[in-house]
Amino acid sequence: MDEYLDRLNIYASRLVSQKEYFVPGHRACQGCAEALALRLVAKTLGRNNIVACATGCMEIVSSPLPLTSWKVPWIHVAFENAAAVASGIESGLKALMRKGRLPRQKINVMAMAGDGGTSDIGLQALSGALERGHNMVYVCFDNEAYMNTGIQRSSSTPFGASTTTSPAGKVVPGQVTWKKNMPEITAAHNIPYVATACSSYPFDLMEKVKKAADIEGPAYVHILSICPTGWRIPPQLAIHAGRMAIETGMFPLYEVERGKYRLNIDLPELRPVEEYLRFQGRFRHLTPELIEKIQQRVREEYEKLKRKVEMTNED
Amino acid sequence: MKKVLTGNQAVAHGVLLSRAEVISAYPITPQTTIVENLAELCADGILEAKFLRVESEHSALASIIGASMVGARTFTATSSQGLALMHEMLHWAAGSRLPIVMANVNRALGAPWNIWNDQTDSLSQRDTGWIQLYCENNQEVLDTVIQAYMIAEEVYIPVMVVLDAFFLSHTSEPVEIPEGGEVDKFLPKYHARYKCDVNDPHSFNLMVSPEYYQEFRYKIQYAMEEAKKVAKRVDDLFAKSFGRGYGPIEGHLCDDAEVILVTTGTVTSTSRGTIARMRERGVKVGLLKIKMFRPFPREEVKEALRGAQKVAVIDRNISFGCGGIFGHEIKATLCDEEKRPQVFDFVTGLGGRDVTPSLITEIIEYTCQNERPEGEIIWAGMRG
Repeated sequence: MDEYLDRLNIYASRLVSQKEYFVPGHRACQGCAEALALRLVAKTLGRNNIVACATGCMEIVSSPLPLTSWKVPWIHVAFENAAAVASGIESGLKALMRKGRLPRQKINVMAMAGDGGTSDIGLQALSGALERGHNMVYVCFDNEAYMNTGIQRSSSTPFGASTTTSPAGKVVPGQVTWKKNMPEITAAHNIPYVATACSSYPFDLMEKVKKAADIEGPAYVHILSICPTGWRIPPQLAIHAGRMAIETGMFPLYEVERGKYRLNIDLPELRPVEEYLRFQGRFRHLTPELIEKIQQRVREEYEKLKRKVEMTNED
Repeated sequence: MKKVLTGNQAVAHGVLLSRAEVISAYPITPQTTIVENLAELCADGILEAKFLRVESEHSALASIIGASMVGARTFTATSSQGLALMHEMLHWAAGSRLPIVMANVNRALGAPWNIWNDQTDSLSQRDTGWIQLYCENNQEVLDTVIQAYMIAEEVYIPVMVVLDAFFLSHTSEPVEIPEGGEVDKFLPKYHARYKCDVNDPHSFNLMVSPEYYQEFRYKIQYAMEEAKKVAKRVDDLFAKSFGRGYGPIEGHLCDDAEVILVTTGTVTSTSRGTIARMRERGVKVGLLKIKMFRPFPREEVKEALRGAQKVAVIDRNISFGCGGIFGHEIKATLCDEEKRPQVFDFVTGLGGRDVTPSLITEIIEYTCQNERPEGEIIWAGMRG
């Protein structure tokens, strides 16, 4: 795969800061790639960062009083409003700096939520904050279901996945709706930066988070966060699962910078989706017909994305 | 300087004089003119604040929580359905111990749809951990907003300033506006004791197990008790600076009264006139105005009602399956008194129905003429 990476800094891992702001000792499950992604995000945003965290796995595992995994200021205010809280933080900082009550400095404001907190219950607050144009980074950690409450389906759960509220039964084959396309929804707000990322591609992820923080205005980063517990895979396959998601085209890595689409890993040929689906317990029940249905959809969506790349880069 | 202001303009002036730094709100009748006024003040640069035009009341309070968390002085305003939508955030604001000030214009809740005066919206938020202050006139509205910041920032409990829909919100009255410099002397700049500070990072609102949660609740209750003393001190200080004070309650002609009428909001003003006329007729009636609903000023209420034979409470609200909410508070407050006056609980004025002098006269006469009320609730001013 590495030959397709257009960035060579993968060989420069030693240049990445050793400093951590989301530190060990948290209570995430074994092999949790969401915790890994969060660690990379926190590392990238550095010490001058204030975090508004929605209820969810990362909130629960990182903050059992009297312990905390956070080395930056962090606040949790309910489930559906991380974007609204972060917009208030950003406004408060601006107001205080303008009045000279706080020294002028660059402080990153990060909102974070899972896929439920973003694409379902938090969608309205997110849309409002993006539309208002706050200078903040919103990170969606998408593990494709309500994992914190025990693997219930969300609008971000992929077609065919078996969850506790979309179980694969004798009549219904698990989730029957297609994954909501959050990056496109946020891009439709015409914000300066939208990106997808995955912790199986750590340097790509960190670079995107850095870009999101540096750009003036709202930025949205959607991170596929592999959840071995909810996806029913062995923990040691978490990184592999992320790679397969990208290589099969199930979750393409791309960014939309000021309206211009760019595929970060453009594969000449996608692997068959079966290679992604077959080792995951949540897809175990899928028939060849259903797999073909998914394959077709992935192909179509990938083509659509490629057309957007072409359309927005015509000069 | 004296100016003619509506209640909503009085709120906006109070916020301006208190120099709020972040304002976040969503339009709802009859609150809208508060935020319209504030938007104008910000647009003209008269008020140096960040103004967030959010997409819902829920986000209004959520964003204000964020702004308060970094140490800004904050304000929001709402009413009725908007307050109901905010409900979850009310708990979070109080639990986060943030000195947020909010104005709520008392309006009825649906269904059916009604935009007029009714107290059930704010009273049904009574267990959220907010201080609630009910205002009688526009002067009190302006003064209470300024006092609210001082109380909130000392006890770290949010304050809701409550005013009646239309009777105050859209009614013009002459209001004495304090000079900005005088208010600055009275109300110092807000310096948060705890905040989201990159140079001193802390985690807020963590996961708290049964081992610790109860103590968090105890501390809020403790702060509420402190708030009674603080509010009194702030009011005294305000009276010294501006010549006007209100107290958590106000007893009027209570000392020799056989019947005491208990009121809140604008019904108090109407009752003042009615009582004066009934006194002329020799009826020994007094008036107890309740301004502070949370924390409930138990001792003061007991003291004021001591000696009365009967108490008539006017409730512009209802807790279904129970009764008038102030009536219940009064009954609960009196239950350990040795000599308890008979409490008559009148539910009336719901959804903006007028509580007229003649209705108040009827309420007092009913109380005088009957040994005890017929039933827990007496519905007054019903359509015949």
